[in-house]
Order: sequence, then structure tokens, then C-alpha cells
Amino acid sequence: MRLSPALRQKAVVTGLWTLAALTVAVLLFIVVYVLAKGLPHVTWNFLTDRPREMGKAGGILPMIVGTLAVTALAVLIAAPVGVVTAIFLTEYTREGKLTAVIRFGADCLAGIPSIIFGLFGFVFFAITLKMGLSILAGGLTLAIMVLPTIIRTSEEAIRAVPAAYREVSLGLGATRWQTVTNVVLRSALPGISTGIVLSIGRSVSETAALILTAGSALRMPQSLMESSRTLSVHFYILSREGISMDNAYATAAILIVAILLINIAAYWLMSRFIAKAS
Amino acid sequence: MRQDKIIQWILMGVALTAIGALALIAIFIFKEGLPLIFRVGFSDFFLSSQWRPGQGQFGIFPMIVGSLVVTAGAMVIGLVFGLGCAIVLTEFAPRRLATFVKPAIELLAGIPSVVYGFMGVVILVPIIRQYLGGPGLSMLAASIILGIMVLPTVTSISVDALRAVPRSYREGAIALGATRWQTTRMVVLKAARSGLVTAFILGMGRAVGETMAVIMVAGNSLALPRSILDSVRTLTSNIALEMGYATGEHRQALFATGVTLFIIIMILNSIALTVSRQRAQKVPKV
Repeated sequence: MRLSPALRQKAVVTGLWTLAALTVAVLLFIVVYVLAKGLPHVTWNFLTDRPREMGKAGGILPMIVGTLAVTALAVLIAAPVGVVTAIFLTEYTREGKLTAVIRFGADCLAGIPSIIFGLFGFVFFAITLKMGLSILAGGLTLAIMVLPTIIRTSEEAIRAVPAAYREVSLGLGATRWQTVTNVVLRSALPGISTGIVLSIGRSVSETAALILTAGSALRMPQSLMESSRTLSVHFYILSREGISMDNAYATAAILIVAILLINIAAYWLMSRFIAKAS
Repeated sequence: MRQDKIIQWILMGVALTAIGALALIAIFIFKEGLPLIFRVGFSDFFLSSQWRPGQGQFGIFPMIVGSLVVTAGAMVIGLVFGLGCAIVLTEFAPRRLATFVKPAIELLAGIPSVVYGFMGVVILVPIIRQYLGGPGLSMLAASIILGIMVLPTVTSISVDALRAVPRSYREGAIALGATRWQTTRMVVLKAARSGLVTAFILGMGRAVGETMAVIMVAGNSLALPRSILDSVRTLTSNIALEMGYATGEHRQALFATGVTLFIIIMILNSIALTVSRQRAQKVPKV
């Protein structure tokens, strides 16, 4: 039996809608479940106290500080490098061997598993460069990890800027660099910030690479050279070793809330910027 | 003009960071792991099922199988659901719904993998144990959890790829009398192919490389799995589970596991990159 195109469209579209609804439902369920189980255990004391009895009691302040430090370090290094790479690829060179090599590098880095970054960070930053298990080693490892995301999204954003913008700017006598910074980057910014947001999210949620490079010390970090346990690592250890389910759920809830806030803030900034630019 | 040249050189230097980092990673992982593979011997490393670090036996065959099967399972789920979602969002959903749902899905890519793993342990594993039998901690559980994990990545990048297809393509097809679905299938999906392959590569990368969630739900047994309900250890889990206490030859063996993972990833990446490049050339640019 051959279905008419109209009927087939109906069947396929219904199927696709079901798939999409199911996807959204599963993802929503995960968020709601963790928040419902975890938020009741999040108290002011939990946020501002240090962990006691290996995390069975007390709070997570040192992990919050550690997470912020590692993430900030990673993004502060990767964002400029990534955006500059994208500018070079799109504005300052012709497609050729060199761009192919750079793109190959970024594509391959994007596919490399975090545990490999962990192994590399451990043997290179921690041992060879003698940083030890530290925030610095963890942040540098993460910076390399998120670099491809920033390159790729920035490149796409820059490419999406109409050629006419550049022509007008160049036509008005601006140099190439002025055109890039004043015109191209400005209109590509929303796309670039999306990449940076994704990178922040990835840094906050990374676990495997950080266990091997930043370690899992429970105390409050005093400098970049000290080991620190991030929230994700703390959550992993709490749940895996069955130390405290309540505190595990609470930590997971905080992670999820943090990621929600980071994203909402970024979207807000982005829309403000678009409103200003136009 | 001279200033321009200087800027160009500086930019180029920075742009080489990515490939430089890749080279550095390859050198350090291979330097630590390769000697052990040669010492143990290729077949005793890659094709043996005996992993007994205490006795100098380092066979990783079951872990290679585990990684490949779990990833394949995850990609089936990720592709069917992720691409389905992307098509609905770009081609069929009202615009306002799409502008709301896409960021929401992207946001879920940020949820730590350990949280997905944990959800697997508390919800999925008991269900599998009860209704399908076996230990529950299994390849199936790992595939499903990884499939869910790659969904946001696959969906988000696929949506971008589909949106990048010019409106005029769709209008042309519709004007020729095609239904919306025919337009999607015959025109939009074809034009967006290279972008969709990118989505697949990044999703696959996340699945092969995922460590923590897999450790939590796959059971980590060293035996060669016989069914999807068996416990399994992947290459990534092997490294993460034992790196904490491994020393000497054992640690080198874990780096050698990393070498294997690295090679698998590079092969998959190269295949995917070539495919996307070939297809990109076939689709005429209008």
C-alpha cells in the first residue's frame, strides 16, 4: 500500500512530535526530580559552611570557590585564544593548507574525551610542569578542553556577518583590524557569547578531567597552586561512595541551579546587546 | 599595511594553539602509553581478555568492545530523538515555541554528566533489573543514559544546521508541489548534511569519551559482555577507576588504554570529517 504524500506527512510529523515531546519530557523530568529531591536540603548553612565528616555533614563552600576558580581560569584563557583563532580563520587568511590544519586541530580536540584531557593534564601540567594537583592544572586542562567549542561557535558567528558590513566599513577607510573589532565582532557577539556560555557550562559540569588534575581536596583553597574539589567532583564522590544522599542531591540541585542562572544571565546580556546594537 | 601584517602574524600564532595543544596531548599520552603496548605485545594488549595489573597482564579487548557497543547504542537513541527534535523545532513547530525550547534543550547540555549517571542509578537501573533481568548495571543502561546525554548536543547543532538552509530552498520545493515533509526530507536534510554530520561527530565524541556517567551505570565488570544486559567496562571507565591508585607499569597500562581511546577517536573523527567534506562538495552552493 502506498500512502499519499499528505497522509505520510501526517504520520511522520506525528511521530516526530512524539519524539520531541518525549525528549523534552525526559530532560525536564531529570531537572525537576533533582531539584525536588535536593532543594529542601539546601540551607544557608549548607552554602556557607565547610564540609564535615568527609561531606556527610556541613556544607560546600570550598567546592563553590573551587568551581568558580577553575571555571574562571579556563574561560579567561580559552575565550581570547578561541575568538582570536576564529578571527584569523575567517578574516585574516584564505582557505588553504594552514586553515585546514588549524580546523583539523580544533575538530580533533573537540572529539577527544575528557578523561584523555585528564591524563594529559595530569602528566603535563601536574607532573612535568610541577603544578601538582591544583586549580591551576585543572583550569589549564579545562581551557584546552573548551577551546574548540569557542573556536567553532565564534567562527560560525563571524561567518554569519554579512559581507556588506565589512565592505561598508572598509569603504569608509577603516583598516582591516578596525573593521574586525568595530563591525564584525560587534555583530557576531551574540553567537560568540553562546560559545562562551556553553564552555562555562562544560567547565562547571566537568568531572573526569578534574579528578585527575585538580584533585579532590576538601579544604578551602588558598591559592591557585592548591588542590580543590569542584562541585561535580564532590557530588560524584558523595553519591558513588554513598556518603550522604541528601547532601548529594543538594549539591546536584545547586549545580543545576547554577547552570540555569549562568544561561539565563547570558541570554539576558545577549538580548540587551542586540537591543543596543540595533 | 605593515601594522596589518604584524596583526596577521600575531593572530596566526594564537590560532596555532589548538593544533599545538593536540600535538602536545598526543605526544604525552603516546610517550607514557606506547612503550607498554610494545612490551606486552599487540595481541596480548588489544586482543586478550585478561586484565590483571598485579600479574602484568593487560588485555583490554572487553573494554574496546564495551566502548564501541555502548556508543553505538547511545548514538541510535541520540540520532533518532535528537534529529527528530531538531526537525520538529525548525520545520514544523511554531516559531515562538522553537525560540523557547531550543535554549532550554541547550541548557541541558550543561548538566553535569555525573547527574545523568546518578539518575541512571536511582531510576533506570532498578527498572532494568526488575523488568529485563540481569544486574541492571549494564550496557543497556549505559547506552540509554549516554543517549539522553548526547541529545542536547545533537539537537542543538542539528537545529543550527537546519536553520542555516536558506528559506528559498524550502520555498522552491513547496512551490513545486512538495509537502512540508517531502521538502524536509528531500531538500532541507540534504542541504544541511554536513552540519548534521558535525552534530553526529560531536555527539559521538561525547558518548565515546563519557566517563563518569558510564562508571556509575555500566557495572564495570572485566568480563567480555555476552548480552546488552551484562555489566561492562569501557576504556574510559578503566582509566578513571584505576588511575587513583595505579603506579609503575599499571599506570603506563592506563595511559596505553588512553592511547587506544585516542586512536579510536581519531579514526572516527577522520571518517566523519572526510564524509562531511565530500558531501559538502556534492551539495551545490546556490
